[in-house]
Amino acid sequence: MVPFAGYEMPVQYAAGILAEHRHTRTHASLFDVSHMGQARLPLAAAAALEALVPVDVLGLAAGRQRYAFFTNEAGGILDDLMFSHAGDYYFVVVNAARKVHDFMLLAKHCGAEVLADRALLALQGPLAARVMAGLSPATGALAFMQTAALAIGGAACFVSRSGYTGEDGFEISVPAGEAERLAKLLLAQPGVAPAGLGARDSLRLEAGLCLYGHDIDASTTPVEAGIEWAIQKVRRRGGARAGGFPGADVILPQLEHGTARRRAGVLPEGRAPLREGETLLDAVGRSVGRLTSGGFGATVNAPVAMGYVESPLARPGTGLTAMVRGRPRACRVAALPFVPHRYYREKTP
Amino acid sequence: MTTLRMTEDHEWIRIDAAGIGTVGITQFAQEQLGDIVFVELPAVGRQLAQGEDAAVIESVKAAAECKSPVSGTVTEANGALADEPGKINQDPMGAGWFFKLRLDDPKQLERLLDEAAYQAKTAK
Repeated sequence: MVPFAGYEMPVQYAAGILAEHRHTRTHASLFDVSHMGQARLPLAAAAALEALVPVDVLGLAAGRQRYAFFTNEAGGILDDLMFSHAGDYYFVVVNAARKVHDFMLLAKHCGAEVLADRALLALQGPLAARVMAGLSPATGALAFMQTAALAIGGAACFVSRSGYTGEDGFEISVPAGEAERLAKLLLAQPGVAPAGLGARDSLRLEAGLCLYGHDIDASTTPVEAGIEWAIQKVRRRGGARAGGFPGADVILPQLEHGTARRRAGVLPEGRAPLREGETLLDAVGRSVGRLTSGGFGATVNAPVAMGYVESPLARPGTGLTAMVRGRPRACRVAALPFVPHRYYREKTP
Repeated sequence: MTTLRMTEDHEWIRIDAAGIGTVGITQFAQEQLGDIVFVELPAVGRQLAQGEDAAVIESVKAAAECKSPVSGTVTEANGALADEPGKINQDPMGAGWFFKLRLDDPKQLERLLDEAAYQAKTAK
């Protein structure tokens, strides 16, 4: 167990990070992510939330979830979050390390009620749908980024079909008092094994997903980070509710004109992982970027990394050099994600 | 008759009858590192000083160095680790050995820990 954002968290269980990672991609893994912050907002707070995030809140239909980020006046990212329209309220999940900041912000502007008495479990992997259907058939009706209040094993849960691994899966908000029983029930299902923070990190890295405080923070904008897909047309220039969020005068022009640097995938030659903080050089030895995440991708069976690179060099295939312990390592820019996402998408009629 | 000694930095060295030392990392070290995905070993013929960084270990959690427990000349490196670095996790004191070296001064072994003293240090 290691301390993480004030919580004692398992980095790994007995199987180890590589095995837990691979199990998630081939079967299903249960992650305890109860350290994340959960809150509810009144539906009337939609416009107030739109003043904090560059995302379409008012247009979100009941039963649906969206990815968003709080921004600052410089266009930097204060945290990323998930929010869903739960019918009678908005349900919000924020990062553990940013809970205090986010909850104070949401309480001040949106009348947030912190849900301190709820745990959060994530069941991720190709077998997740079958496992969940066996416990609650209604989960089968959910597509990626859809949500529902459902009883699972007798516990009143709020379920979203989403996750942080690139796989199909579910995140389950459950009353804290019933969390252990539900976790044991899920772990008792065929094909389900526990996975810790280590596998969660390597899975999200392979899936090209950002980790707050590493790949995104107050010094990176959503456009630099390549997550501008989360900014719907209605909040962009020409949209009905364009702007009106912190840093709009930075972010909106970036959407049209681009940025000097972009987040990119990086694949080194050889087997040794690259690590966060290492400098990237171009062909003539000029510093052109820095790694923000790095590790071993157990599914691609090779080291994978990502970081920020000068935009003209951020194209897949560009050759770069990473300085590792003072020695050059050849690497190249690669498209993200490193493994294809396998979300269960809604069928378009 | 073989001699096994450990360092406080979690390396082991086993001296065979011919006086050649085999070096690796301890069970405790591999547990702390977790799954090892890469190891960079010293070249044969390299002169190592006692305590010098001899190998780089990369695990899913961190990068670490394996120091040479004694001074000497590398006579062999465990090439099997290039394809199967997991051997270090599975059998750190056996198939997961790192390199062999000819000792400059066997007296340096006296400053290392015997197995019981090492176990006492790492037991909590």
